[in-house]
Amino acid sequence: MNTTNDKYVLRVEGLTVSFDGFKAVNDLSFYVEPNECRVIIGPNGAGKTTVLDLICGRTKATEGSVKFKGQELLEMREDQIVHAGVGRKFQTPSVYEDLTVFENLELSYPKGHGVFGALAFKRDAAVKTRIQEIAETIFLDGQLDEKAAYLSHGQKQWLEIGMLLIQDPELLMLDEPVAGMSVAERKKTAELLNRIIADRSVIVIEHDMGFVEDIATRVTVLHQGKTLSEGSMQRVQNDPKVVEVYLGH
Amino acid sequence: MKANALFTRSEMIGFAILACVIFLLLPAVLDTFRLNLFGKYLTYSFVAIGLALCWGAGGILSLGQGVFFGLGGYCMAMFLKLEASTPENTAIQSTPGIPDFMDWNQLTALPWWWEPFHSLGFAMFAVVAVPVVFAFIIGVAMFRRRVGGVYFAIITQAFAAILTILIIGQQGFTGGVNGITDLRTLLGWDIRTDEAKETLYYVNGILLFAVLFAAQFVRRSKLGRLLIAMRDQEDRVRFSGYDVASFKIFIFCLGAAFAGIGGAMFTLQVGFMSPTLVGIVPSIEMVIFCAVGGRMSILGAVYGALLVNWAKTTFSESFPELWLLGLGGLFIAVVMAFPNGLAGIWSEKVEPRLLKLIKKSPAQAASPAQQSTPAE
Repeated sequence: MNTTNDKYVLRVEGLTVSFDGFKAVNDLSFYVEPNECRVIIGPNGAGKTTVLDLICGRTKATEGSVKFKGQELLEMREDQIVHAGVGRKFQTPSVYEDLTVFENLELSYPKGHGVFGALAFKRDAAVKTRIQEIAETIFLDGQLDEKAAYLSHGQKQWLEIGMLLIQDPELLMLDEPVAGMSVAERKKTAELLNRIIADRSVIVIEHDMGFVEDIATRVTVLHQGKTLSEGSMQRVQNDPKVVEVYLGH
Repeated sequence: MKANALFTRSEMIGFAILACVIFLLLPAVLDTFRLNLFGKYLTYSFVAIGLALCWGAGGILSLGQGVFFGLGGYCMAMFLKLEASTPENTAIQSTPGIPDFMDWNQLTALPWWWEPFHSLGFAMFAVVAVPVVFAFIIGVAMFRRRVGGVYFAIITQAFAAILTILIIGQQGFTGGVNGITDLRTLLGWDIRTDEAKETLYYVNGILLFAVLFAAQFVRRSKLGRLLIAMRDQEDRVRFSGYDVASFKIFIFCLGAAFAGIGGAMFTLQVGFMSPTLVGIVPSIEMVIFCAVGGRMSILGAVYGALLVNWAKTTFSESFPELWLLGLGGLFIAVVMAFPNGLAGIWSEKVEPRLLKLIKKSPAQAASPAQQSTPAE
């Protein structure tokens, strides 16, 4: 559904944000193609999470432009950005601990988002089928009636990914999806992500290089709010600048 | 899991027990004077139910619910006062036909904004509409700017103080610190007789159940689950495509509407309305009713209001100075020992035992679903 005949799903151009004079993101530009899995890496404080915050409207940009399928996201409210088709997963798993897994997924189901829509919302067969489907994808179909508070850390990460999947976003942004996971969970998550990214664009922030190699189409290395290097995993790994500031140690 | 039903089994039992208490038990054991007192306590529970939704479910702590209770009460009092101020009743005034306090304050004509309150229909509409409009304005101003938590609580408290000062200061229009007193009849029906008081008690009870059903409907809807989600992870809700502010505004307005109805019923049963019911202290007391009842539970809110007010009356009759200390102690005890209040004691201690007893009796084929429905 690319109405503008744009080759890119997301165009970030000249993006800058300044916190009291400190430029956390400084004149950053990058472009994401349909079905691409872009991984952003970089040392701590490089501005990775801030970039995602800017795209999804959590932080207001000082300058620049973020165009998603031709729409300027910087002028939209957070929930409008979500409805445009951008989903965001946070770094720490953000699930509703007092609600069950089923209810967590249900609240993310893309229907009844207005006040009166939510009052009138019915848990019909279509909703249940879809939730069951997503729960199987994220390995949680056995825990639908359990409170999210009782899930393990890794399961909470999966649940949050599931909450995004049920919205079926065209652009999915994941902030450190495997942080704090066991080796087995990591493998399962890589598998999960590979299945998910098949029919959408994804931006992932990750530190785990093995994991990055597994999923990345292209890699952007951020350093001090600017692009240090960009390209295939192999190219980036062999870039001397990247080795110096990030991979070297 | 009967997900779409309005009640779980234990909630249904809870509603039935409360109905028995209000409509059968209390009228049977209390004389008219005491029944009228309990009717007054129940008017506070309208506010506490609203708080259970706003604060308990949604995490929005308002320390200014007295404002909405007062606005509802004043709207009703204005109608009753106009009806009581017929030219015959007020013949000794220099301007007959206007409320007595206006005459004392040298007003010679009824202010224009009092005029519509000659109509009971308008007054009943205003009882709900005025608090809701007020809550809507506060809600838009605060929630759109993402003011929340403690800041919101403090600002609502400031509103309670402002409204009290305004009412006291504008004596000629509002009756000042005395409030609006000497209310007599409702469309010619004398509300001061014992018979009227009993009737009003039942009307109050029916309205209370209407509000309880409305609150229960909201709790069981997706909106109810969204409120809990917003309380825990506001950002996640926002980035799941919800306009968080509009949900907060809605639930705050709903709480205000409930409080307004409670205020109007207070005026009818007690026979006056005054700024002492609007200010900071009553607003905080209402939060205590809700906390004692168990802030997540709408039924608990009713019991909390009844218990605390009954204790207040009983103790303040014998130890007037110590009562406030007692109230403070009660609040601390609830927070420390029973964070889920009366509702928590019921669902954690009493109900499991009752269920066990029921199961023991062989006639009852106990279903496993019975255990898995938390009572809140």
